[in-house]
Amino acid sequence: MNVLVILIPVSVALGALGLAACIWTLRHGQYDDLDGDAARILLDKPAPEADPEDSSDA
Amino acid sequence: MTAACPACAGAAPAAQVASEAAGEVIHLSLPGIHCAGCIAGVERTLGALPGVRAARVNLGRRRARVVVDPGTGAGPALTALAAAGYEAQELDEAALDTGDAAGRMLLARIAVAGFAMMNVMALSVAVWSGAGEATRALFHWAAAAIALPALAFAAVPFFTSAWGALRAGRLNMDVPIALAIALAGTTSLVETILDSGADTWFDAALSLTFFLLAGRYLDHRARATARSAAAELTALELPRATRLEGDRRVTVAVADIRPGDRIALAVGARAPVDGVAEAACRLDRSALTGEADPVEIQPGDAVCAGETVLGAPLVLRATARAEDSTLRRLARLVEVAETGRHRYQGWADWAAKLYAPLVHGLSAVAFVAWWVATGSVGTAIAVATAVLIITCPCALGLAVPAVTASMTGRLFRAGVLLKSATALERLAEVDTVLLDKTGTLTTGRLEAPDLDPAAAAVARALAEASDHPVSRAVAHALQDHAAAPLTDLREVPGEGMHGLWDGAPAFLGRGPDGTELRLPDRTLPLATREELRPGAAEAVAALRAQGLSVHLVTGDHARRAAALAARLDLDEVHSGIAPEEKAALVAEFAARGARVLMVGDGINDAAALAAAHASLAPATALDAARVAADGVLLAADLRILPETLSTAKRAARRIRQNLAIAAGYNCVAIPVALSGLAGPLAAAIAMSTSSVTVVANAVRR
Repeated sequence: MNVLVILIPVSVALGALGLAACIWTLRHGQYDDLDGDAARILLDKPAPEADPEDSSDA
Repeated sequence: MTAACPACAGAAPAAQVASEAAGEVIHLSLPGIHCAGCIAGVERTLGALPGVRAARVNLGRRRARVVVDPGTGAGPALTALAAAGYEAQELDEAALDTGDAAGRMLLARIAVAGFAMMNVMALSVAVWSGAGEATRALFHWAAAAIALPALAFAAVPFFTSAWGALRAGRLNMDVPIALAIALAGTTSLVETILDSGADTWFDAALSLTFFLLAGRYLDHRARATARSAAAELTALELPRATRLEGDRRVTVAVADIRPGDRIALAVGARAPVDGVAEAACRLDRSALTGEADPVEIQPGDAVCAGETVLGAPLVLRATARAEDSTLRRLARLVEVAETGRHRYQGWADWAAKLYAPLVHGLSAVAFVAWWVATGSVGTAIAVATAVLIITCPCALGLAVPAVTASMTGRLFRAGVLLKSATALERLAEVDTVLLDKTGTLTTGRLEAPDLDPAAAAVARALAEASDHPVSRAVAHALQDHAAAPLTDLREVPGEGMHGLWDGAPAFLGRGPDGTELRLPDRTLPLATREELRPGAAEAVAALRAQGLSVHLVTGDHARRAAALAARLDLDEVHSGIAPEEKAALVAEFAARGARVLMVGDGINDAAALAAAHASLAPATALDAARVAADGVLLAADLRILPETLSTAKRAARRIRQNLAIAAGYNCVAIPVALSGLAGPLAAAIAMSTSSVTVVANAVRR
């Protein structure tokens, strides 16, 4: 039973890690345009605003 | 400088990293984009423009946010996008709600509740499967440590809403929810401290919070989408006007126009305020009166806000400020008519009203009965808590929003935007449809009839020389014919075009029976017909096939209305109806017990739109009409109308099914809970299965 003293904090910490990741995605606006992000994965180049030089020769 | 190509020469590296903050942010509406290719195309087009610092497309909102150098404006971006084949319009940033803070907060609460629910559930499962005394105490403490802070954060919306209702002396859905969560948290904490071997309810309180937050988020999302799309329509109409100051042209906000200002109006522009015309002009008054024929006015004649300038640009001398103009005065009619609408009670409200006292009553009864029977306050509170939690309105809180969100989402993709929360249910009850004519059933343009080649050639030559709408429609329809060589062309206002054809007189214009073409040897009537909106005939047929009675209601004169009714299979035609009479007509139908759906686009329809049981306006409608209506038809094709009604009927059916499922679960669960047999395990199972069932029923095809 002593193993629980380690296991419970570990499981809670792992859960909290997931929660932190979820809050991070939320703060970075990753749910603002779900349709757009689903479509963007099909683009083979980074978006122009990420790499302004890339867009001029496309 | 090592720039190899001339295009790069101007773009120094320093300029490329120029901060966004110093730039000007513009928002563009891109109604036509729908795929990854469009995103790439738009962003590439914008990115290649000089002066554009960053561009990001939001596909879900069909919008782009562009950062440009100060002073650049939206002009170059719009031109470039139009050249690349993308339809784009500038949006007024003030009218847009950018970002969705409330939605994000709800998501964060859902995430916290979900995280805590899973961890506590894992601990609870161990307790339910028979953990030893010391382990159980440890698990209870661990669960309390996770659940209480999580509840304190995630359940805030329910507590605030319940507190607000209680302070106002009302009971709402959130009162039993908040009570159940608070009671479950407190009794479980007490049990953890005493460790008397009774049940704890931390997992139940968390799953209750999680499921209800999910329902609340669905509801919020459906409404936020509709609101932002509605705001976009308003934002498309940039409230700007061009004021003449001496010989300078200054762009000002419409709200800043003062009486006496001279406002320049381009052809096709709407007058922003009431005023008097400085020159003779032709006006389209259909938005105010429903009459399709343009009106000729003389210098000094009054022009009302909302009227469209035809023919030639006009200078208007303002006589009123925007908020005192006719348009706004008519909009106030709407507010009066709308008060009846707010009294409508949706299925969910009805169920909630029944539910809240029932649950409170039941748990009070359970408390008293168990107290008297066992003499133990602790047991009595435990049973009362179980009753509150098990009768949890998961189905009510989740089922109705899930159906509305799924159905309004489906309608939105089809091109219908519902603004009001109860619009779906009201649309489902409609049995009579009133259709406005100009701008709703018809496009407001005219079709020209067939003519033999010689007559067509003369008609085209005469029509081309005039900018009267009828002439323009005739010229447009005859553009495949060559124009005859005519001489001595002159236009007589209010009469028509005269010319000489091989030396003989020819005429196109107003005859005794409408428009006619007079040739030297004969006179031909030109029966100009109004052009129907696409899908109008099919829509009317489909509505009648659904068993609805379809009526035409118009401010235009009887001849035009009858001509249109003959082409469409309508039940009845009401013509020459003034704006107030339209609302009265709706009221008359309502008095006879009919549930009216009003579809209209003009200011003259606004009061009727607000008075009707349900109402829709095309996207081309005036702002006041769109505001008054429950929904906006974004699609140009009218066939969407019968589709909307059948979807609404299906949604209403699903809502009733879900309420029945929820009631069924409660019928089984309540007796169990009252008898004190329901533990946290039963609550967890009942809550999850009922929630999953109603959501599955809501989203199935």
